Amino acid sequence: MVFKMVSQKLDTNTVLNNKEIVIPKIITPKLEIKDVGKIFKTKSGETVALEKTSFTVKDGEFVTILGPSGCGKSTILRIVAGLEESNSGKVLLDGQEINGPGPDRGMVFQSYTLFPWLNVKDNITFGLKLKGVNQKERDDLARHYLQLIGLEGFEKHYPIQLSGGMKQRVAIARALANDPKILLMDEPFGALDAQTRTIMQEVLLKAWEDSKKTILFITHDVDESIFLADSVYVMTARPGRLKKKIPITLDRPREYSMKSTVEFGNYKEELLSLIREESLKSIK
Amino acid sequence: MGKWFTPKKEISKGIYTSVGFITFILVLGIWSLLSYSGLVNPLFLPTPTTVLATATELFVSGDIFSDIGISFSRVFTGFLIAALIGIPLGILMGSLRIMEGAFEPIIGFIRYMPASAFIPLLILWIGLGESEKMAVIFLGTFFQLTLMVMDVTKNVQNDLIDVSYTLGAKNAQIFTKVILPASLPGIVDTLRITFGWAWTYLVVAEIVGASSGLGHMIMQASRFLQPDKIIVGILIIGLLGLITDIIFKSIYRASFSWMRKDGF
Repeated sequence: MVFKMVSQKLDTNTVLNNKEIVIPKIITPKLEIKDVGKIFKTKSGETVALEKTSFTVKDGEFVTILGPSGCGKSTILRIVAGLEESNSGKVLLDGQEINGPGPDRGMVFQSYTLFPWLNVKDNITFGLKLKGVNQKERDDLARHYLQLIGLEGFEKHYPIQLSGGMKQRVAIARALANDPKILLMDEPFGALDAQTRTIMQEVLLKAWEDSKKTILFITHDVDESIFLADSVYVMTARPGRLKKKIPITLDRPREYSMKSTVEFGNYKEELLSLIREESLKSIK
Repeated sequence: MGKWFTPKKEISKGIYTSVGFITFILVLGIWSLLSYSGLVNPLFLPTPTTVLATATELFVSGDIFSDIGISFSRVFTGFLIAALIGIPLGILMGSLRIMEGAFEPIIGFIRYMPASAFIPLLILWIGLGESEKMAVIFLGTFFQLTLMVMDVTKNVQNDLIDVSYTLGAKNAQIFTKVILPASLPGIVDTLRITFGWAWTYLVVAEIVGASSGLGHMIMQASRFLQPDKIIVGILIIGLLGLITDIIFKSIYRASFSWMRKDGF
């Protein structure tokens, strides 16, 4: 705290001394979660699902939240999305307090949520149509995102004709096409088999690099949390709270072969021991 | 042979259709045996040939068509009114808890009251005309239909609604762009089933104070001891029900190709 005050003072001094730089650069985080907590009321009383939690996500950052099942990690995401209300604290997106769900926060769910009565293209452009984007622009965007997720030629297919991995790719495209400020992902690959999952992680990284979106991604898969992230937040067992933040400094762009490097192995070891403690607590 | 009696095992389509045919022939066989042999008095059970002859006569003379027409219009109008009110109400009850809270208890109560028991009241209230017949059909189908539509709407996946909000949908759009298309196949199926029930209420509606219609024809035939005419009437109602069922099924197939893997 003392150090912080001193450094601020120094900053002010530099500004004052150097007349060319008049405005100090204030970096507001893309997403700011302040003291957000959640209590569920049950017959036997109140259960704390999420203790007061605070963290920030920078613009363009890929953050994963890793936690044992039932730790309230999905609750955080649903509160940010505005689909659930918190009992305390607030969520700021670009400095604005969020209030209910909105198209500025796109979401991809673990369950398959494509509209089964719409074909792939109409699914991708669903949000654009609600916004009143014209046909030509919708077509162009649909084409771009179909190519990005590697599903050209599938625009006329209905969800029932797609595999699980393909459905989730379309769900990602649909969320991105709507141009949200942040993309929220709730274990989107949780229902997929291990091989498909690896491919999906690469597809997602490619889409992220193309769109430069800020992503908040929930998972219980340690490999996945490292492979995707700039920072991993580890959560405790219920009542959930953030236990540790681990920055991942692996080079980008990343390929699946990275998962067998020593560096990756070190991250994995650290995260596994952190998460193991919590998983043991949660099954007690 | 062995697999025919293994639980849930698939059998060839040919055998599946053949056994259906055999059952029909078996019923016809038993009927023939009982009637032609004279085991049962023809006053109670006429022979298939007598029934066929009566049917031909009714169709050739054309008397039957006006009965079919009037009965169909009663069933159709009564059912249409039930559907026009029941579908929107059911959708609202299935998606808004306040609507469910308000209407579910009373509808759940009334639906156990037999529609036929209301006939005396209906005659008192609206007389013996066409509207009374339609009202019976309405009462017989409306409550069940509404509750079934409510259930269909309730089964719309919550995640589908949540994802729509994150794509920018407002409450009104959730109804028109998500809940309605998602529950439409279930609604068409509900209509198919309840329309079948509407036919079963027809005879009840036409027992009292009717001077036309298939139900009236059956009642008249009973009075004049014409079992062959009764059977013809029953068979016609059955066939009409079957035809409407097939029509609903083809509407379903044509409208919801997205529910099938082959997409056709």
